[in-house]
Amino acid sequence: MKLYIRYNINTTSKLLLQEQLDKLGLTCELTGLGELEVKNGISAEQHNQLSVVLKKYGIEILDDRISALVQKTKDTIIEMLYLEEKLPPSKISFYLAQKLNYSFGYISNLFSEVTFISIENFIIIQKIERVKQLIIADELTFTQISSKLNYSSSAHLSWQFKKITGLTPTAFQRIIKRRREKNGSDTGKII
Amino acid sequence: MQHDCLHVLLADDDKDDRLFFKYAIEELKIQTVVTTVNDGVELMDYLSKTENQKPDLVFLDLNMPRKGGMECLKEIRNNKSFNDLSIAIYSTSGSEKDIEESFVLGANIYITKPNDFTSLKKILAEVININWQYHTSGLNKENFVLSI
Repeated sequence: MKLYIRYNINTTSKLLLQEQLDKLGLTCELTGLGELEVKNGISAEQHNQLSVVLKKYGIEILDDRISALVQKTKDTIIEMLYLEEKLPPSKISFYLAQKLNYSFGYISNLFSEVTFISIENFIIIQKIERVKQLIIADELTFTQISSKLNYSSSAHLSWQFKKITGLTPTAFQRIIKRRREKNGSDTGKII
Repeated sequence: MQHDCLHVLLADDDKDDRLFFKYAIEELKIQTVVTTVNDGVELMDYLSKTENQKPDLVFLDLNMPRKGGMECLKEIRNNKSFNDLSIAIYSTSGSEKDIEESFVLGANIYITKPNDFTSLKKILAEVININWQYHTSGLNKENFVLSI
C-alpha cells in the first residue's frame, strides 16, 4: 500500500524552526523568507548549538550576506511558483527586484556567480519542476497548467519541457506512471 | 546549503572513454571529483564499502563485461540506501525504447554517447550543472529525468 502525500515545505520549516528555537530558549521572530530576528542576541555557544540541531533537518545558518541573498532569491522564486495561484503578470525580474529590494542586475550577477547558472535558467528549471508536479498530481489539463504558469500556449509549454528534460510531457507522464506500477508494493517513498 | 564539490563515479570498461570523460569533467566550473571503475562488479563493490565516499552521481555504461549497466541500475534502485544517488545511463544506443525502459527502472539521466570530444564536454557540462541544481536547491530527485 502506498500513500501519496503533499506537504507545504514552508509551514513545515517554520514549525520546525520555532520548536527548536523554543527548546534553546531563544526568542526570535521570523521576519520573512529565510530571515530570523533574534530578540535578545545570541551567544556563540547558542549559535553553535542551533547550527548543529538545524543541520540535521537540512536547515543551515548562512554566515555571509551573499549566500543569504542567493538563497533568498531561490526561495522567492520557488515561493512564487508554488504559492501564487497564478504567476504574477509582471516580469519576473521586476517581481524579484521588488521582493528582494535590490536591482535585478545586482541579484542576477551574484546569482550566476554563486550557483553557476543564470537566474533565467534557474527559473525555467524550477518552472518545469513545478509542471512535473502538476502533471503527476493529475488534477489540471496541460492547457490549465500552461495558463497557470504563464506560458503563451500548451505548445510552448511542451516545447520548453522537451528542451529541458529531453522528453515530451506525455512521455514523462507515462514513465512516472510505469515507474509507480513497477514499484507497486514499495512504501515510504514520498512524492 | 553549502556544498563544496560534486562527487561523480563512472563505470566504463573502455579505457579511452574513461580518459575522455575525466578530461571533459576537469574543464568544468563546478568542482567535481571523479572516480572511475572498470565494470559493474567493481562498481557494486565500491558502493557497498562504507569507507568509500558516496558519489552524488553515477554514470553507467550499458555494455560492460561481468555486470552490465542495466543490472547495476536495478540493483542500485532496489537498495533504499541509494535513494539519493542520481544515475546517468551512458550508452551508444539512443533508441526510444531503451531510453524509456531505463527511466522506468529508475535512471535519472540518459546520455547517448557523442562521437566527438566537443559535444561530450557540452553534454557533460549540462548534465553536471543540472545535477548540481538538484543537489543544492533541494529539488525532488524522484522527478528528475533528462534525456540528452
